[in-house]
Amino acid sequence: MSLSIIKAGLLDTIQDTGRNGYGNWGINPGGAMDNFATQVANMLVGNCCSEPVIEMHFPAPQILFEQNVLFAVTGGNFNPTLDDESIPLWHPIVARKNTVLHFPKLNYGATCYLSIHGGFCVEKWLNSYSTHLKAGAGGCEGRPLKKGDEISTKESSIYFARLLEQKKNVRVLPWQADVRKIYKQPHEIMVIAGHEWQSLQKESQTDFLNAEYSIHPSSDRMGYQLKGPSLQLEHKIELLSSAVHFGTIQLIHDGQMIILMADHQTTGGYPRIGHVISAHIPKLAQLRPGDRLRFKIVDMDTAEQLLLEQEQELKILQRACLSRLNDLVLC
Amino acid sequence: MNDDYKIFPIGDSAITLELANRIDLQLNRKAIAMKEWLAGNSFDGLQDIIVAYSTISILYDPLTVKDKYAGGEKAFDFVKRKLTDAYANAQVSEPGVMGKTIEIPVCYDPAFGFDLEYVAREKKLSIKEIIDLHVSKFYYVYMIGFLPGFSYLAELDEKLVIPRKLKPVPVAAGSVGIAGSQTGMYSLDCPGGWQIIGRTPLKLFDSSLSPPALLSAGDWVRFHEISSEEFAAW
Repeated sequence: MSLSIIKAGLLDTIQDTGRNGYGNWGINPGGAMDNFATQVANMLVGNCCSEPVIEMHFPAPQILFEQNVLFAVTGGNFNPTLDDESIPLWHPIVARKNTVLHFPKLNYGATCYLSIHGGFCVEKWLNSYSTHLKAGAGGCEGRPLKKGDEISTKESSIYFARLLEQKKNVRVLPWQADVRKIYKQPHEIMVIAGHEWQSLQKESQTDFLNAEYSIHPSSDRMGYQLKGPSLQLEHKIELLSSAVHFGTIQLIHDGQMIILMADHQTTGGYPRIGHVISAHIPKLAQLRPGDRLRFKIVDMDTAEQLLLEQEQELKILQRACLSRLNDLVLC
Repeated sequence: MNDDYKIFPIGDSAITLELANRIDLQLNRKAIAMKEWLAGNSFDGLQDIIVAYSTISILYDPLTVKDKYAGGEKAFDFVKRKLTDAYANAQVSEPGVMGKTIEIPVCYDPAFGFDLEYVAREKKLSIKEIIDLHVSKFYYVYMIGFLPGFSYLAELDEKLVIPRKLKPVPVAAGSVGIAGSQTGMYSLDCPGGWQIIGRTPLKLFDSSLSPPALLSAGDWVRFHEISSEEFAAW
């Protein structure tokens, strides 16, 4: 075994970049809320980007490493410690066996990711390791991690103990992924207009673009409910159910909005005000209940361009991570 | 421009072609035929194709599409063209060629169908009349959606048309519901707003099977009544 859960967190699940291709069985892609942090977590430890990671919310679990590991923590900052010693996010870190990873205090962010070099040996269902809670499949028996769970990692050829100084239990490797560009202006969320945007009353369009909305406490992996000025349509619209997507902003019956998140249902029949652009999903995924946000409408060109820039950042990071790790292991 | 359909983005990595905003067997068959055409004329970056009542949606990876095909244009424009090609080329097959017919046993005991009495009162029907009307028709499976394995069937006899509840209540897996002109089956335990009139002992969704959902869009369903004893022994 490679790690065990000493104490479970609020909602700890195995996730990867998602399960595509099964919408016609009503199965959504699921996957990590913050796909960017997930991919960077894997890169930092030399994994392929699609390896499963542990997604954690606050309060997060306590985890015992049962063997020497190379790991990384990315995403939300819950002030991680290893054997009570503070450790940084977005760094590769070597830990000696029998050390305990703990997240004592919420600093910022909503979802935090743990990756381990080699990747976790967990259950694959329909081509993905992501935990599908409703179907009860994928990840760890299709359920959140609980106390006593043991998860093994794939064999690694790297002898990690060599990287640790004698009598030291931890070594933070001296490079960090610079992700400021991706998470800058965390409260400004860009969207493209939805099909029913034009059906909103003019005042409601103005409210949507100018007012501040906050994330309702009942938000979860399925969707973020928003609190703020209620929006009205010019006239009532009855829509048949059709496909919806991660980031779709639906107008529900009381004039409030829900943003569909990773575990959204596959189809829905509410008016679509807008769709959060893919490049801003990581920022959105890091907003917590009570956090505020503002919307800005952009065109498809901008949305695609920003995603392309994000992908270029990822590629640069991946190359840099691999070359640094190779230098370290080979020397 | 084309008056036969609308195309619009549902994000920067998904696009919908809407044939109409109504339940129509021929339009659903057209959407299924388009899905089949796209499966045979696939492209790198295509992640999923979702058929709903009279719509078809493509989920795609804009980065792959842009890299492989789009050159200077938007990934959206490339995928949009794929959809219009699918519309132009997909042929609807003859009735009877598509889908399988599945018999679904349903126990209409009010212990399972906890809204039967409400429906009877509202529609001024006896419970027996409701059951007779419900089992009298073949239903077409328009789509699987909302939940893993949840089936949307239509169309109900108009004597049974009733609005959904304003507030969802807990509903058990296997529950058979009606709402508007639709009937459907809850594949998993979940909150639901349809009027529940019975329950099937069949497992509608099983993650260990392939395919995991008992029904697919394009299938036909016929319900038949079973007793509580038969349900228990199923």
